[in-house]
Amino acid sequence: MSDATQTGPVLAADGSPLKRSLARTLRRQKLRALLLISPLLVFVLVTFIVPIVSMLFRSVENQIVAHTLPQTVEALQDWNPDAGEPPSEAVFEALYFDMFKAAEAKRHTQVGNRLNYEQPGLSSMFRGTGRDLDDIGEEFEDVFVGIDPAFKTSEFWFELLSGEGGESFLDDRRALYAAMLGESMRGDVGFLPSAEMVSLLPATSAAYTDFAIWTAIEKEDVVAEERPWEAVYAGLGVDLRSPEVVAEIGSYSGPGADILKAAVASRDQLPQASFQEMFAESDEDWLDVEGWRTMSLYSPDYTTGYFLNSVDLQKTIDGVEARPETQQIYIKLFIRTLYMSLIITGACILLGYPVAWILANLPLRTANVLMILVLLPFWTSLLVRTSAWKVLLQQQGVINEILVWLGFVADDGRLVLMNNATGTIIAMTHILLPFMILPLYSVMKTIPPSYLRAAKSLGATNWTAFWRVYFPQSVPGIGAGSILVFILAIGYYITPEIVGGTDGVFISNRIAYHISSSLNWGLAAALGTILLLVVLALYWLYDQIVGIDNVKLGG
Amino acid sequence: MKLTTTLMASTALVVAAGSAFADGHAKMADSMTVVSWGGAYQKSQQNAYTIPYKEMHDGLEVVWDESSAEAVAKLRAMDEAGSVTWDVVDVVAADALRLCDEGLAIEIDPEKDLAAAPDGTSAEEDFGELLVGDCFIPQIVYSTTFGYRTDMVAEGVDPPSQICDVFDLEKYPGKRSLEKRPINNVEWALLCDGVAKEDVYDVLATEEGQQQALDKLATIKDDVIWWSAGADTPQLLADGEVFMGSTYNGRLFAAIEEQKQPIGMMWDAQVFDLDGWIIPANLPEDRLHRAMDFVKFATDTQRLADQAKYISYGPARASSAPLVGQHAELGIDMAPHMPTDPNNAANTFLYNYEFWADYRDDIDAKFQAWLAQ
Repeated sequence: MSDATQTGPVLAADGSPLKRSLARTLRRQKLRALLLISPLLVFVLVTFIVPIVSMLFRSVENQIVAHTLPQTVEALQDWNPDAGEPPSEAVFEALYFDMFKAAEAKRHTQVGNRLNYEQPGLSSMFRGTGRDLDDIGEEFEDVFVGIDPAFKTSEFWFELLSGEGGESFLDDRRALYAAMLGESMRGDVGFLPSAEMVSLLPATSAAYTDFAIWTAIEKEDVVAEERPWEAVYAGLGVDLRSPEVVAEIGSYSGPGADILKAAVASRDQLPQASFQEMFAESDEDWLDVEGWRTMSLYSPDYTTGYFLNSVDLQKTIDGVEARPETQQIYIKLFIRTLYMSLIITGACILLGYPVAWILANLPLRTANVLMILVLLPFWTSLLVRTSAWKVLLQQQGVINEILVWLGFVADDGRLVLMNNATGTIIAMTHILLPFMILPLYSVMKTIPPSYLRAAKSLGATNWTAFWRVYFPQSVPGIGAGSILVFILAIGYYITPEIVGGTDGVFISNRIAYHISSSLNWGLAAALGTILLLVVLALYWLYDQIVGIDNVKLGG
Repeated sequence: MKLTTTLMASTALVVAAGSAFADGHAKMADSMTVVSWGGAYQKSQQNAYTIPYKEMHDGLEVVWDESSAEAVAKLRAMDEAGSVTWDVVDVVAADALRLCDEGLAIEIDPEKDLAAAPDGTSAEEDFGELLVGDCFIPQIVYSTTFGYRTDMVAEGVDPPSQICDVFDLEKYPGKRSLEKRPINNVEWALLCDGVAKEDVYDVLATEEGQQQALDKLATIKDDVIWWSAGADTPQLLADGEVFMGSTYNGRLFAAIEEQKQPIGMMWDAQVFDLDGWIIPANLPEDRLHRAMDFVKFATDTQRLADQAKYISYGPARASSAPLVGQHAELGIDMAPHMPTDPNNAANTFLYNYEFWADYRDDIDAKFQAWLAQ
């Protein structure tokens, strides 16, 4: 009994403090519970949360420009977009080598398509010039081979450019590739750039190293046995344009020194045109400042451009401004989506409330039969139901035929019930009605009929009894049904597409268009994110006004 | 972890066993997923291509997927997920160009990968300028053109025969159905607004030209039902919902000749477009061999001519045209129903791939904003 009066912590049977022992048991229980739900948790995480987050991430992601044209983007930093002049020769030179590399990997057209969303015309500019890149290099190649046939052989280039000390250079080039392709590009290249050559012939070494990495890792060929890209010849041409390089070659005595010196001696035979001129010859739009402004605006890794587009704004070099009126559409669609969803929710309440009331107050056997009638359309394919509405609503359709037959409308004055907002509202109200009736029914089922009788016996009229006694108790059902219907309606896409015509389509139809037709997934993601945020905001608002605790889906 | 390893090991075993059986077929996969458009078109492909091909290759399983309408988006998603389940995909030329741009389709060498004509003409020459882009293997020429209700033409009025009749509400009152996208509609609008045919794309490349086209379309906007599926217009015509509407010529052929609807063809200013195959990039070797083998077979001269027995689309090879015969079930001559027939092709357009690759998004944004006004 003396134990009871001791002042230390209460001990469990094994002698450890009871508090800790309890906490341990609780933790174990929680872990076990977590373990039980973990398959579902992992499933939801992997198949639902992760894809959605990664999709939404696309709304700001814009790495494709900087990853595909890294040296161009860097060189473009020095360009002044306001000056009204196309960028300097250094930018075009960088662009040539970036684009050649990208064209080998078939990535240049992707950049073209990305930029084309912002400015029409860039897609064909990138695609067209991509075809001419080989020709530009061949102009150099022909001259070099004319100077010495050794330039044609794979061994010459391999011996000339390989050596020691170029590990970090190789790794840098490899990292650029890895960023562009999103692959690690690890593996043995079978070529190590010579540090001496990297400093003597930087452009040549860079082009050849890129060629080597691509050949060894992607094509799985042996570098020493393959003829280099045309870009390598262009690289040597570029290097020989620099007087310092020419001077240094004079004192160079490594492998291929004689041939290199012969090339230096005849370098005035090489194409003298600047890369700017060569690009302009391929497509004169390369000199267009607007295109370069777009490229420089969309060169950072992350962009607000997609979000601005989705609220009818656009990015310009002077900052954000409104889109021209002829292109404004998204704000209108967002508002229309919200407004029409509200109308549909309202219509569902008006139609669903009496039905739910009847269901809740009929004998169980009859109620069940009627319930099947409510659920029956629910079990039919959405597409079939919507198409059925088409048959009913069209001008030569069932409803109009009956109205004309009854003489309510003239034959040439048939009602336009579909291919407009009316069609969308009618069809969607019908389709979403069960989502309103079911929660209402389950809530009404729990309201004891004796309350109404009590109210009436205390002298209330039918209306007062309903409005003061019955209706307040059914509000949680209305809340639950409204949330369900509204949120489903806001994301609807098939029904508006089929019966909505032009003024009955929702924002989701544009999202679908950008996902499957224009392939502008960034814009689709931005629109989707905004839609999600709007729904969350409305949910929060609802919670503030009605209170989410008042929502009941059942019992 | 352990389960996955076991699963993978047993899959590998099955695959190994499968390939051991397939030795005779020079490492070609035993199953092939072909993606097409469904409906009568896919049926014509089955009759002309896969049924004879399966007779030649015992035990080959062909799975059809009707996803061509979303092929580009789905292929991109598959590529990002790292598992492409399709082997041969039927797409329109514009989509083939985009798949090629995105690196999602392999490049084709017509000389090596496609069959020469029976008279020895090379595939490159036989297909001619229909070889759009580097990845596209043309199959048929189809056209987007107009059909009209013959019984809804007012008495004493000639049936519509000019593209501008579409814009003439006085002579031809009634609703029209047009596709819910700018392509084709803006060209027709400009043609009927006094722009010469050869200038259409130069004009469309300017802001003013685009506005001009939309303004012309605005004159009939209240009487247009906009369609998004190829089956819409034939249905709208059959129901008498519209007086005239644009759609693919094969759909109109089916409505006129097979369903005997009172519909007439109006071929003026029809827009030619191409449909054909692409092979997705990054296929495993055995599936790639199978796909290449199939495509070479399915696009030879006889096979393309055979397809025209089932549907009124023109074969993409010049050498197939003389072989086009009669409809397999109706027994009518198919040649007069081909969009390429000289009587039908007096005034035609060819879908301008380069232009629309550049301007599609821009003009579509304006078009949709205009529709929503």
